[in-house]
Parts: sequence; structure tokens; C-alpha cells
Amino acid sequence: MAIVEVAQLVKEFDSGKVRAIDGVSLATNEGEYLVLLGPSGCGKTTLLRTIAGLEQPTSGDVLINGQVVTALPPRARQIAMVFQSYALYPHKTVRGNIVFPLRAAKMAPAERERKTTWAAELLGIGHLLDRKPRQLSGGEKQRVALARALVRDPQVFLLDEPLSNLDAKLRASARDELKRFQQEVATTTIYVTHDQVEAMGLGDRIAVLNNGTVRQVGPPTEVYDDPADTFVATFIGSPPMNLVPNDGKLVGFRPEHLLPASVVGADALQVKLAVDRMEYLSGDRHLYGTATGAGEKSRVIARLPATVTSEVHAGETYDFAINRNRLRYFDASTGLRTQP
Amino acid sequence: MRTRVADRDGALAWIFLMPSVVYILALVGVPFVLAVGLAFSDVTSGDPSFDFVGVDNFRSIFDDPVFWQSLGNTFLFTAISMLLIVVLGKIVANILVADFRGKWVVRFLVLLPWTTPATLGAVAWLWLLDSIYSPIDWVLRQLGFLAEAGNGSNMYWLGEPALAMASVIAVHVWRLTPLAAVIMMAGLVAIPKDMDEAARMDGAGYWRRMFEVTIPMTMPVIAVSALFGAIFTFTDMAVVDVLTNGGPNNATQVLTSWAFFRGIDGGDVGQGAAIALFLFPLLLAAAIAILRAVRRLEVR
Repeated sequence: MAIVEVAQLVKEFDSGKVRAIDGVSLATNEGEYLVLLGPSGCGKTTLLRTIAGLEQPTSGDVLINGQVVTALPPRARQIAMVFQSYALYPHKTVRGNIVFPLRAAKMAPAERERKTTWAAELLGIGHLLDRKPRQLSGGEKQRVALARALVRDPQVFLLDEPLSNLDAKLRASARDELKRFQQEVATTTIYVTHDQVEAMGLGDRIAVLNNGTVRQVGPPTEVYDDPADTFVATFIGSPPMNLVPNDGKLVGFRPEHLLPASVVGADALQVKLAVDRMEYLSGDRHLYGTATGAGEKSRVIARLPATVTSEVHAGETYDFAINRNRLRYFDASTGLRTQP
Repeated sequence: MRTRVADRDGALAWIFLMPSVVYILALVGVPFVLAVGLAFSDVTSGDPSFDFVGVDNFRSIFDDPVFWQSLGNTFLFTAISMLLIVVLGKIVANILVADFRGKWVVRFLVLLPWTTPATLGAVAWLWLLDSIYSPIDWVLRQLGFLAEAGNGSNMYWLGEPALAMASVIAVHVWRLTPLAAVIMMAGLVAIPKDMDEAARMDGAGYWRRMFEVTIPMTMPVIAVSALFGAIFTFTDMAVVDVLTNGGPNNATQVLTSWAFFRGIDGGDVGQGAAIALFLFPLLLAAAIAILRAVRRLEVR
């Protein structure tokens, strides 16, 4: 178990032309599941690779348990990484793949065998040990990659979009497995993804990145309910938070909080919603329309849960309302959170 | 709309294949059939009339000790050359893919032997290995490994049987290593970068990554370049012909050069063809064996 910390980390590519990481300071807690979330090109993978030691930062430091490891090669950092492609050695059997880090660590054969069996049993791949990677399905490959990472008791796990090669159905069950697995081994884990569903579902905390900087770090509920700026507000949530310009500020509210006035309590902001299109998605109704009353007339989305049964038809205008404690305010020029 | 030639895949296939089919038939097929015919005939340059003599040619070449010496030399020459070419080619390939300051100078120097015309290289090597004026001898003398000039203290690179073979091998290795290196470089570049990084994360050092990840993953390419090199070495007589002419006393005679001296220089076309054909089943077997091994090694 370990605390991973990066301090004032900067990574430039092409001799300063591209700044992939722009002064990131971030620390995990002991045994925490920290998710780095951001759009492609935000620097999250570069940050992970810098922690791993596969990239050298331009400036700043990487610390593990308070010790500066910036100059150390990956093998000295006691870190295990699962790659997006899984990077299983195609010419080795599953057993050969799992035992490889142990052989590199010069562990005695009997101990190696014991650890390999333990890791394989933990991940339920005991029956696959003599197969080659090409004979495995995507989910099995992922588990082999995890076993290979797990087998030498690393201080930290780094996972680089490990679910992106799985089909949608498998992804849900693999996500569940990953979470249970991490709880079982209780090792500090840093997980990179661009998928907010994975981030919300897996992370103890989420660090939202954009353009090489950390926009917000916090538990999923906090990142979702109290976004630090408009980037976080619109990047997380599907559909994203509605932002309505109002006198130099932006009034933000989640689609699920824009509801028919009849179901919202007394302390509410009343708006008129002219609905022009409706989608029916997994029990919820998504209404696309134009809202007046919250500020300037703007395009907004409302999400009515299955429990709200009021009749709504495209082409008509309805009385909607937003509970006042659900409103969030942002500065229109900086995008940062402000008071009402 | 009428279909054009470009729309008819079948016709296009034939049009594109035709030049190479004609080429192979005219320059490989016909000479091969001719050689098989000649090997069972008594054709000489003095008497080109074709008379079938059965296996007489084979019987007489097998009775000739020089044939067996050449056969042994061929194997020795090929085995040692290929070993050196594969090992050096692998090392050079690693240098070629490495990223460092001034890498293009190194790349240029490495590829130079391959781009040098064979004759130019041969002249340079003949001088380097000269019995009296060899610069290699001079360097050895300066370093104190050789006695003062005169009194037969020279190395006679091409005059001593063992040294002559070593020289022939050295020049051949010099000639083929760049090609092997470029082929292996292509193999190295094709390995996903993830593999090396995963091995680094798994705690493997340079040598373990080299022998457990990089080399196994480039094995099919190494095998193909070894096959190519071995067959090329087996059937090549350029270095032997230029440096030693098979001498001294047939010490560097290989089957191809022996076939050439017998069949063309000596005028006994039948025997020359028989010697040359002796290689054919051997090479065919080698080609099939290595190609099968490659298919087994295929990792993806």
C-alpha cells in the first residue's frame, strides 16, 4: 500500500511545443481508487506514464510514500501497470506471462509457482494457464494482464483504459470485477479513462483533467453535484448540465432537476419549457426544448424519470421548475463556480 | 457503361503476373530444365552433341576428393557466415532503431557496405588482405602482435588455408550484414511499443527484455532473413572467386565455384551441371524446413 504523489509536474513534448501536463499536483490516499478522467488528449495517459516511469517529466517530481522516485526506472518503483492493449507476451503461455515479473525479480521457483497459482485462482483463470494469449477472449486477456500486475505485490496499480477493448456488455461485468478485485487486494490504484460511467462507478475519487491541468478532484458525488467549473459540469453527466446565461453569470442545473412544476417543491425557480423533441431512453424521457425564465432564452435538456408521469408532447410549452438548492452558478468569463 | 479492363480482376491478375511468369520461366525454369538434362549428358564445350550417359557424371564427381572438400567447405562457409551475419545483423539492427544523437551518420556507415559496388569492395579487400602490403598486418605489427617485416612474418591472409577461409567468411559477412540488419530492423519496428514497456514495468532489465521479449517476437523475421542469407551464401561464389579463386589448394573451394571451374572454365558442362544440381535438393529441403519453422513460430 502506498501514497502516490505528483508535485508541480510538467511534461513537454517536441521541445516545449506541446505541454501535455501543465503543472499538476495530485496525491492519492492510502489504498485509494483514484480515477483520472478527461477527454482524449487531456494528458491523463501521459500523467500515468510519468508516474510509471515510462516518461521523464520536464519538471516536477513523482513521490511514492514520500520518497522522490522521479529519477528511478520503472523496475525500481514497485509499480504494476495494465496497458490498454494488455500487452501480453504473445509467445508465452498465460503461465509464462504471469510468472515473468517474478522471474525478473529472481524469486525462487517454488515461491513463483505458489504466487502464480494464487493470482490465477484469485482472477479465475486457473484453467487457462497453458494457453497462449491468442487463444483467449478479451475478458480473459484482461484478467491475465491483471494477474501479471498483481502477482508481485506492487505498491501501486496503474490501469490505462483497461476496459476500452471490451464490448459494451462485457465492460459492465469487467468493471464490477475490477472494483471487487481492488477492494480485495486493497492496493492503491490509479485508473485512467475517458468514460465517465467507468469513472463514476469505480473511483473513490475522480480527478478531472483538461488541457494538462486538474480541474477538480473529489468523490464522484461531489464532482457530479458540485462541479468546480463549466468544463467539469458539462464533461460529466449525460446529458450534460444545462448552462443558462444570466447577467454575467451562468446558471447551471442538471437535466434531471428540470421537472414539471407540479412535482417540484415550493422553493423553486419557475421556467417555461417549449418542448420540441422527446427521446425515450431506458425508462427516462429526455426533453429537448427552449427554456425561458432562468435567464436568457436557451436550449436546455430535461430528463424526466419514470416516476414522473405527467403527459408531455413535442411542440407544446409547459410550466417547469428547478429546486433552488439544485442551482449552481458559474462566472461567465472564467467558467469558475461563484455565488448566486 | 462498358466494363473496362480495370474492372476485370481476373484479366488484370494475368496481365500483372505475366512479366514475372515470363521472367521466371525464361531465366529460372528453362536453365533449370537444361541443367537437369546436361547433368545426365556427356556435353563438353569441345563436343556439344547431347548423349545420354545416365549417372556417369555423378559417379565421377563423387570419386573426386575435391568435390567432397568443396562440399565440406560450403557447409563450413555457410554455417559460420550465417551465425555471424545473424548475430551481427541483430546487433546492428538494434543500433539502427536506437534513438540517439547523430544516428543518421551511424545508419549511413552501417548501410555503406551494401551500397558499395561489389567490385569496389573486392578491390579494397584484396588490398586489405594483400600478402605483402596488407594494412591489417601493419596494424598488427604496430601493436606488437607481428614480427618485423620480411623473413616471412606476414600473415598471408589469402595464402594460408585457414586464414583464407576466415578471410572469405569475413568479407561475405561484411557484405551481407547490412541487409540482414535492415530486415531485422523491420521486424523490430513491427513489435508494439507496449511490449517493451510492459516488460520494463514487469521489472525486466535490458538483457531479459532482449532475450525474452524482443528476440522471440522477431524470431519469424530472423528465421526468414537467415533462410534468405543461407541460400544466398550457399549459391554465391562471388567472394570466393574474387579473393581466392578457390585456393590455396582448394581450401576455399565451395560447390558453386567448383561447379563453375569444372563446367565453364574446365569445359566439362555435364559434370559442372551435376555438381550444381547436387545443391538443389539440399536447398529445397532447407527452404521447406525453415518456412515450416517460421509458420510454427508465427505469434499472431
